[in-house]
Amino acid sequence: MKFLYAAYAVTWVIHITYLTLLSRRYRRLRDEMQDLRKK
Amino acid sequence: MSLGEITRVSLAKDLRLEWRSKDAINSMLFFALLVVVIFSFSFDPTAEESRHIAGGIVWVAFLFAAVVALNQTWARELRNQVLDAYRVSPAPANALFISKAVGNFIFVAVLEALMAPLFMVFYNLRSIGPAYQLVVVAALATWALVANGTFFAAMSIRTRSREVMLPLILFPISIPALLAMVSATTAILTGEGAYRFWVVLLVVYDVVFTTVCLLLFETVLHAE
Amino acid sequence: MRRIFVILALLTFGLLSYALYEGMVAAPTEQTMGEVQRIFYYHVPSAITAFTLFLINFAVSIIYLARRNQKADALAVSTAEVGVVFCTVVLVTGPLWARPVWGIWWTWDARLTSTLLLWLIYISYLILRRYSTSGQTPVIAAVLAVFGFLDVPFVYLANRLFRTQHPQPVYFGGPGSGADPRMTYALLMNMAAFFCFAALVVWLRFRLERARQDFEETQALESLLQPDARSPR
Repeated sequence: MKFLYAAYAVTWVIHITYLTLLSRRYRRLRDEMQDLRKK
Repeated sequence: MSLGEITRVSLAKDLRLEWRSKDAINSMLFFALLVVVIFSFSFDPTAEESRHIAGGIVWVAFLFAAVVALNQTWARELRNQVLDAYRVSPAPANALFISKAVGNFIFVAVLEALMAPLFMVFYNLRSIGPAYQLVVVAALATWALVANGTFFAAMSIRTRSREVMLPLILFPISIPALLAMVSATTAILTGEGAYRFWVVLLVVYDVVFTTVCLLLFETVLHAE
Repeated sequence: MRRIFVILALLTFGLLSYALYEGMVAAPTEQTMGEVQRIFYYHVPSAITAFTLFLINFAVSIIYLARRNQKADALAVSTAEVGVVFCTVVLVTGPLWARPVWGIWWTWDARLTSTLLLWLIYISYLILRRYSTSGQTPVIAAVLAVFGFLDVPFVYLANRLFRTQHPQPVYFGGPGSGADPRMTYALLMNMAAFFCFAALVVWLRFRLERARQDFEETQALESLLQPDARSPR
């Protein structure tokens, strides 16, 4: 059924979105740390 | 000075200041009135149904009005660095909390007393259940809103958009109490429903959260 | 540490795949609801995981208030965020299950309302953390977490009575009546899989938070030690 696939898909979309957000924050933090080290 | 003395002095000061300026009570009154009028457009207030809905509207109006009062709870203290002074004094932090909470309770109670007859008139309300029960519910409900509200107002002092932050963190946590006060009021007005359960829930809610507020206020005061 | 992380990641991936197979294929089809019922294998473990994470948040917030341990605070924010993510999954998969089975997207019954409220409470926690300008944000957030979690039983009780007083369009009965052991097995597998997944994500968020804490500390020290025109503060 469509709803079944939608539910499973949405679950992973939500999780992957969050993980992407996390990795973006990691990158930003690493950049800031590098900036600080340069100073 | 003891807890009781400090509380009394602090409370007297707040009441005196409010009596002279009538800032909070005026804005609360006007706000509540506006809410009542606006809600009247969402349903026909003269229908027999109004008795079922009035409970909800009354408490939403009082809730919004209470937030007006709560938002300015600590404003004066902030402006005059009273909190810093309090932090370095040996006075018990809870005295400050209790005096502020009781002060807010009095303001909102006065508001409710003034608005109640207006509600009766606007929505043609006549309570089927005994009216004294409404007073009991009102007292418990007001304390639930005001105790948590005063505490959360202190927590949201150092946040951006302070006036929005207070309702934002207060409302979700107050929802069980809101549910209880609305249901109890409706139960009394319509004469049907589990009045006792809701009152017990309110009492337990008040006891639990007042205790938590008293336990944690010192922490919050020092964390500002 | 890194090795354990990799092992956990592999285990999680394995479990998730196996559990997905169990839920989607191996478990028998439910009699009354049909294939759609399989959403249950994602919906319920997510709910239990979310609640467990919030429980951990509560415990860790209390520990933070008692000890002011930075690690406790990092764990608090991690569990809250991941808890909200899982709770979002619950709130989205729920209606997707309800719609084909009962014809409605949502109903204000006790469980749904309580879950929604739980979600709102922890979102307000996260917003407080983000908008607080105080240097003592972790303390205030921890206090809010305590309030929030203590509120949960009240929320559930209040909604239980309120919503059963009013006639319900639907009674949310779980498909546990006469549970086929293969269904229970699939459910348990999915629970294990999601628990491991949650642990993994919380670990990642925790490391990020600890790194951010160290960074801010370093930043503060740097600005103190720098001999420039800025007034020392």
